[in-house]
Amino acid sequence: MNTDPFFLLVTLLFSIGLVGIISRRNLFVVYMSIELMLSSINLLLATLSKVLGDASGSVMALLLIAVIAAEATLFLAIIIHLYKTKNSLDSDNFIDLKEIK
Amino acid sequence: MLNIIVISPFISALLIALVYLFNTDVKRYFFYTFMGVGSIFIITILSLLTLYETINGSGTIHTALFTWLSLGSFKIELAFMADRLSVVMISFITFIGLLIHIYAAGYMKDEEGYGKFFAYFNLFMGSMLLLVLADNPIIMFIGWELVGLSSYLLIGFYHQDAANIKAANKAFILNRVGDFGFIIALSLLFIALEGHGFTFDEIKANISLLDHSMLSLIGLLLFVGAMGKSAQIPLYVWLPDAMAGPTPVSALIHAATMVTAGVYMVARFSFLYIQIPDIGLFIASIGAASALFAAIIASYQSDIKKILAYSTMSQLGYMFIAVGLGAYSSGIFHVFTHAFFKALLFMGAGAIIIAMHHEQNIFKMGALRGRMKLVYITMLIATLAISGIPPFAGFFSKDAILVTAFAGEHYLIWTIGSLTAAMTSFYMFRLLFTVFHSPVEGRRALRNVPKSMTYPLVILAFGSATAGFLGVNEAYGGKMLINNFLSLPDTLHKLPHSTEYMIGALNVSLGFVGMLFAYKMFAFSKHEPTEELLFTRVASNKFYIDEIYEFLIIKPLVNMSHFIAKVIDPKIFDGFINLNVWFYLTASKLFTRLQNGKVRYYALYILAGVSGMSLFLIYKLGVAL
Repeated sequence: MNTDPFFLLVTLLFSIGLVGIISRRNLFVVYMSIELMLSSINLLLATLSKVLGDASGSVMALLLIAVIAAEATLFLAIIIHLYKTKNSLDSDNFIDLKEIK
Repeated sequence: MLNIIVISPFISALLIALVYLFNTDVKRYFFYTFMGVGSIFIITILSLLTLYETINGSGTIHTALFTWLSLGSFKIELAFMADRLSVVMISFITFIGLLIHIYAAGYMKDEEGYGKFFAYFNLFMGSMLLLVLADNPIIMFIGWELVGLSSYLLIGFYHQDAANIKAANKAFILNRVGDFGFIIALSLLFIALEGHGFTFDEIKANISLLDHSMLSLIGLLLFVGAMGKSAQIPLYVWLPDAMAGPTPVSALIHAATMVTAGVYMVARFSFLYIQIPDIGLFIASIGAASALFAAIIASYQSDIKKILAYSTMSQLGYMFIAVGLGAYSSGIFHVFTHAFFKALLFMGAGAIIIAMHHEQNIFKMGALRGRMKLVYITMLIATLAISGIPPFAGFFSKDAILVTAFAGEHYLIWTIGSLTAAMTSFYMFRLLFTVFHSPVEGRRALRNVPKSMTYPLVILAFGSATAGFLGVNEAYGGKMLINNFLSLPDTLHKLPHSTEYMIGALNVSLGFVGMLFAYKMFAFSKHEPTEELLFTRVASNKFYIDEIYEFLIIKPLVNMSHFIAKVIDPKIFDGFINLNVWFYLTASKLFTRLQNGKVRYYALYILAGVSGMSLFLIYKLGVAL
């Protein structure tokens, strides 16, 4: 089986996620970009599991899906909280870690 | 015994200081006096015993306290040596020191820092004894420095007044200049001796290792040290200002300690100076110049203590003429006689100052002859002694020096010496007549002078009158006891007795001339120096030497430090540092741009970092793409 398209897809998804994080300011889009990158990694694990004939990769991918689901709740909770404090979803508004003037 | 002589003043100084510091407000008059005077009394007795032993032929006494430094075969021991020279020195230092201590107990009675004063006073005595009894030049140097320190402490004793602190600093700093020469000389001597031991005996034994030019250099630099301590041109300016201290301090500095250290040091190194007569002549010339110069200034001063200060400088000039021309024992003899009458003059002046409610201007005194009889008689004896009128002490010692100068065919020095003798007589009698004879308007009540201040005067007057008989020249039928006893390597010149009589007669007549002039000018009226004549103005302003030093040395130094402080430091050194600061500031501005708090930028940095690391790994692992 030709695995190249899988790797290509992984790379593509990861890159889209990365660019999404860097270029977008809406927190939901940022979150979705992170999810996209995680999914691409999941895909990579599954593909490698298939290529190497080792099931542990698939197991890891399944576990990761569970972790990602848990993480999604946290993430959404954080977004809600951020919205409550600043009434905004723009990540550029949350610059409290900037140098102290 | 020598150990006790040196250590006990230090111990009593320490004890007094501790007790004083424990509570400075309590007046413990009895304790301070008992400790301060008692310790000096004990060492006086011990010193006189040592003298007695030495006269009975016990030879040089060596004692060692402990080894201070031990570097391989080289050792510096805290050791003391009492040869004939130092025995004579300690005898009169302790004796006159004791009298001054007794006097000080009366003079300082009502002062605030009575305990502090006696702690310093004892320290001063201890330092001087350490200097005189030292077995090697290093210990001598320690004593030398301690003398400088304690004089600083005592001159600045009335520290409430800023001018006194300035005077103390001046004394200390000028002495530092001299000490610099002294320590270089010692270092050179040490190097040149190539480790053949460094006690005076060993230096003396190995002095032939040094060539003539080295000896000259060492001799000259040692004399620079003596210039500072013994107030010779050009390092004398501290001495008149040192009058800022209490009067007993002046007496101690001028009679027994401190200023005689330079003369003693030259005599101690006589085995060295005897080989370099050129330097000796230079020393004698400086001495002669100082003697004349100080005498001129003294003739135009109106502060009683300043007159005496310049007179000390003038007499020290005589001593340096003597030791410079190789007549070491005559020099020491003059130190010895001078100690008596100078201590007496200062203590008499102190008594007058106390009686006159701290008035020091002689032209505001007058007609004290009948009212302070004892002080008058004793001061008169001292004045006669310093003016070289026989049979008082000063005549014999001064005559011996002038005879040496004449016999050595140094006629210029001899002329200056004789001239100075006349001037000495003039300015001393000027003081005496103005204070005791001249008419005064409106008598003020005199303060009582305690007995402890007047009895020492009597003893000293007795000494001033008779001390000279210890060194009567052969020409006057004497045996030169003190010169023979000292057994220093004197350069001897033989003169026919008739010539000696002529020189003596000339001196005496010059003394009387000076006295007569003073009598005419000052006994009946107050003849205060006016500023009309140019010379009078220049002389009463001490030839503007302080101002010249200010202009030549202090101003350039101050200007230079201003230049460094205002230009070199801020522009060059700070400039370099500020450049660094600018670099860091700029860099930080650049980096603060990066830290803008925006998450997406941080993600970008992570991306950049991970990319960079990945590229690095690809390159390192040699992955073919």
